[in-house]
Amino acid sequence: MSTLDPVTFSILTGRLEQIADEMDATLYRSAFNPIIAEARDACHGLYHAETGATLVQGAKGLPIFVGAMAFAVKAVIDKVSTQGGLDEGDTFIFNDPYAGGTHLNDFRLVRPLMRGGKIFAWLASVGHWLDIGGNVPGGYNPRATECFQEGVLIPPVKLFRKGVLQQDIVDILQSNTRLPRSNWGDLNGQLNALDLGERRFHALIDEYGDGVVTATLQAASARAEALMRQEIRALPDGVYSFEDYLDNDGILDERLTIALELTIAGEMMTLDFSRSSPPCRGPVNIARSTAVACCYVALKHMFTNVPANAGVLNPITFDIPETTFLGVTAPRPVAGYTETILRMIGVIFGALAKADPARATAAPFGTINALSIAGHRASGERWVMFSFFGGGLGGNPLSDGLNHANNPISTATIPPAEVMEASYPVMFTQWGLRPDSAGAGEHRGGLGAVYEIEVLSGGGADVSLLGERGRFAPFGVNGGGAGALNRFQWQTVEGWKEPPMASKVTGVKLKQGQRLRLETPGGGGWGDPGKRSPEAIVRDVAQGFVTPGELT
Amino acid sequence: MSKLSTIVGVDVGGTFTDLAFFDEATRQFRTAKVPSNRGDEAVGFIEGLKQFGPLASLGSIVHGTTVGTNALLERKGAKIGIITTPGFRDALEMRRRDRPNTWGLWGDFKPIATREFRLEVPERTLADGTIRQAVETDAVQAACRELLAKGAEALAIVFINSYANPANERAAYEAAKAIWPNPHIAYSAQILPEFREFERTSTVAINAYLQPVVANYLGKLEEGLKEEAFPGSFHIVQSNGGIMSTALARKFPVRTALSGPAAGVIAAAAIAKAAGYPDIITADLGGTSFDVSVVANGEAALAAQTTIDFGLVVRTPMIEITTIGAGGGSIAHVDGSGFLAVGPESAGSRPGPVAYAQGNTRPTLTDANIVLGRINAEKPIGGKLKRLDVEAARAAILAQIGTPLGLSLEAAAEAIIRVANAKMAGAIRLVSVERGHDPAKFTAVPFGGGGALHVGALINEVGLKSALIPRYPGITSALGCIIADARHDQVSTLNLMLDSLDGEALGKRMADAGQEAHSIVAGSGLTVERIDVLYELDMHYQGQTHTVSVPLPVVMGEPVTESIVRAAFETAYAKAFSRLLPGIPVRIVNLRTAAVGRRPAFDMAALAPASSANIGKAFVGRRDVWFDGAWHDAGIWDRLALPVGAVVKGPAILEQGDATTVIDPGLEARVDRFGNLIVERA
Repeated sequence: MSTLDPVTFSILTGRLEQIADEMDATLYRSAFNPIIAEARDACHGLYHAETGATLVQGAKGLPIFVGAMAFAVKAVIDKVSTQGGLDEGDTFIFNDPYAGGTHLNDFRLVRPLMRGGKIFAWLASVGHWLDIGGNVPGGYNPRATECFQEGVLIPPVKLFRKGVLQQDIVDILQSNTRLPRSNWGDLNGQLNALDLGERRFHALIDEYGDGVVTATLQAASARAEALMRQEIRALPDGVYSFEDYLDNDGILDERLTIALELTIAGEMMTLDFSRSSPPCRGPVNIARSTAVACCYVALKHMFTNVPANAGVLNPITFDIPETTFLGVTAPRPVAGYTETILRMIGVIFGALAKADPARATAAPFGTINALSIAGHRASGERWVMFSFFGGGLGGNPLSDGLNHANNPISTATIPPAEVMEASYPVMFTQWGLRPDSAGAGEHRGGLGAVYEIEVLSGGGADVSLLGERGRFAPFGVNGGGAGALNRFQWQTVEGWKEPPMASKVTGVKLKQGQRLRLETPGGGGWGDPGKRSPEAIVRDVAQGFVTPGELT
Repeated sequence: MSKLSTIVGVDVGGTFTDLAFFDEATRQFRTAKVPSNRGDEAVGFIEGLKQFGPLASLGSIVHGTTVGTNALLERKGAKIGIITTPGFRDALEMRRRDRPNTWGLWGDFKPIATREFRLEVPERTLADGTIRQAVETDAVQAACRELLAKGAEALAIVFINSYANPANERAAYEAAKAIWPNPHIAYSAQILPEFREFERTSTVAINAYLQPVVANYLGKLEEGLKEEAFPGSFHIVQSNGGIMSTALARKFPVRTALSGPAAGVIAAAAIAKAAGYPDIITADLGGTSFDVSVVANGEAALAAQTTIDFGLVVRTPMIEITTIGAGGGSIAHVDGSGFLAVGPESAGSRPGPVAYAQGNTRPTLTDANIVLGRINAEKPIGGKLKRLDVEAARAAILAQIGTPLGLSLEAAAEAIIRVANAKMAGAIRLVSVERGHDPAKFTAVPFGGGGALHVGALINEVGLKSALIPRYPGITSALGCIIADARHDQVSTLNLMLDSLDGEALGKRMADAGQEAHSIVAGSGLTVERIDVLYELDMHYQGQTHTVSVPLPVVMGEPVTESIVRAAFETAYAKAFSRLLPGIPVRIVNLRTAAVGRRPAFDMAALAPASSANIGKAFVGRRDVWFDGAWHDAGIWDRLALPVGAVVKGPAILEQGDATTVIDPGLEARVDRFGNLIVERA
């Protein structure tokens, strides 16, 4: 920081972040599908010219992408160096999850920010597209055994060459989706965001000079690293172990273990996941890039003062071997990656609770419950209602967990029931908090939810669900109890049915007038339930959050 | 249509009640300031009015109030009950499945109605407006009795899809009204017939939460006015910057959530427009926050929705005010990595800056302004403190900022100001550059006590054209009450495709909505010169969920055609985003109708300095003030004594009772014919 004065550093850091925020907002407002527009399943930022490391991120970007985007940009950098080179005005597009992290639905656009004919940095945009082909509308195929059953895989290719849109690429994309209009709208929204970011960053660099901006970006990374080292140094040296489980992979009904040895040594941290289960047949594998991004999310939730850039990762060593289901390569199926990383995040919380009980946070509900309901309207037009659902957060030192929240990997808001009812032939018969779902504790977990949906469409509907926590409940910490299990049921002529794989099912057929019911987990509890204040217990009973029989 | 009279604007703040008086016949303008009486605001209110003579001789009173805002922020509203659709009693508490912070999973939410006060009654309306099950009115009355027995003081009725057909809600309302013992009762389609059940529920619940509070408050004021034999009309400023009757304010108190700040923006817009500056950005620097809003071509931008606090959402049109955590009390600190930050932590106005010597020892933005000579330590604004402790401020800045960063005292203080200026500049960029406005065409208009300290930096940092400092920045909100138009906004969800638009049917709907809004404004009892009806459509490409606001260039009763609407949509969309999407069908989601009763123009010349003013008498002396790395010998002026046409070159400090204006080197200030200061590059 010797060449950069502290005031310029502070001011420029704020201005750079403001541009990334503005890119996020541009896509939210112009996107077509509600997963981006309402649920904000997107992210934008500025990335290092040679390494792809994250330099600047928007404050509202989806947390998991904040970690994963660096890998996506690196994939493009590798492509440029091995094949084809790069011209000003080029923009890459791809969704390869083994190179860029996460799953096929997440389309990445990567564009160089050129200064004087050289790459100054990369701009990138990622957003969750609604449908990319595959066996199940919406992509969350719980029975997939290869990524080819999950949708179309696009490697990094040039969507624009020297500023000219490659219509061939668009045509290929459009013919591989059930919802071409929605994807086209989202693609344009992402281009809006990149155009705006490119304009704004150029104007800012023109104003301050290339050297000053470069120095600021270096200083920001150094600062994040220094703060992260401080946080780690404050923890007692030692090895902290924790493990938790996934119900199954949707194919074989056997639990999968995520086992962590977290080592603190001075100002270094090691996250060793090598004792975890081997790669599985079903879609809950993840690529190593996804796993690293997920560790970043967990640490950012614990150490909230550390800024969001790649410097955070410098004092951390990862052991995530290919022999585990946390470091797979193509074509292992990965559509259900969200379930795996949510469990990983919980495991990191569990290990850190042992290292630092004063800041212990109980497990959040830990499943996204990707539910797809699809059918055809009387006109023959296809409809696909796809959404994720909420649950309770874990109890913590300050308070009970939050009722009906989103997952730690996301800041997504749920689309309103009225918007879904106006868009699809369904009716919500329940949209409520789930009594007795919270883990007990001095500070109990937050409550999960109950959603019950009736099919109004004369042609009935096909239903798929990819969820978790049907067998292993969200854990408590410091003596707190576990939250309730996830539960999914649907009506048949013989009565209510549940899936054999707990929360993973596809091919469910509902007739007009039949319902499905999803009950989501609450969060784990914090501290000894015996120490809960009598007023809080009375309040819980009066409100029906806890039924008296459950207290004993 | 107007009759000459006297009018008083009253702005009740936390510490002081500000009043502005105008006699339309004599063109006489006066101001007054009296202490507020927290908890019994009526006392200060009536005392303030008496400063202008007996209340029996006053014509009308317009009030900008924060009673609703405070009740919300402090969670001191009424006990409310909610009656809703089966399966949806928890909609209010489930929010939109969000959390308070992106990073960190701690944090709690306390709904304004707890679960035992939220009951379900048999009924169901579908999204297309079909009544699947008629409401059981016996069940509604039973629910009312249960809620009353539990102590509910106000009632909100919210049914799913009532935006598409309010019949069940209306029937439930009639049934409830028959037995509910007070007027504090509303149904959601009455307040917000727009889809999104959480936002609608939250808005109508907040309305109920505020109804008894606001009614009680207005009751006290009206009683006080009656005792003093006040014969005229009494009106309230809404969050949309327009005035409404107290009867409407009692019914829809949710529309007063941002009443006070809205009045300030309206006044700033009117003052600047009269002075020849129709494009402005208002800047209000308080103790803990910096509020900005944009006024383009004389019109304040409106936002459809505001979040008062986590999970506390109000969806009614409000003057769009963007707030960031940078105020005079914002604390400067250097973190473990050597990074200088100002805010968001704040010492507020109590304990306040280090120099206030009331217990805070961490340096604030105000401390930096004091140390560099910009604020006069011997004459603190507001008049509460005798003098400021400059030495304590110096010591805190040197020890906590200077030493860790290796900077001198003055350089450290200047660093604090520059970082704070950058945050304020960021907020201005947010409302200008990010909304497609060119800042070089805009003028900053600071109001409140602190904004004028920083105008020079804002001109330099953001590239604004100039700054205009109103003659009385401290009473801008009270002045806004006098100037504000009467206004009524309403919205209805249409969900129509543009391709098959029946222009005649839409024109008829618009005319009906316009008539309704028009009659509310006409019936408000306020003198207006004419009533304008304005239309906007919320539109998008089919498949999008967010909409763009599309102003329609039609007057009430005129026919609408598909091509008029399409052209207006494409203009608005292209302005917001870089790409139009030809071939994708376009949908009209909502119709927004506003009736605006234009008030008789207020002659700003009433604010001008007396013609006897003389620049020689305005000169107070000189002192050292720090700018750009060095001490400068700056002239100190009595701002209110400056005559029209006076020009003061920076570096200079212009002082007045409730504000300090800093003129940076390279800038100059000129007094215009209304007494405003215009600051521009020299």
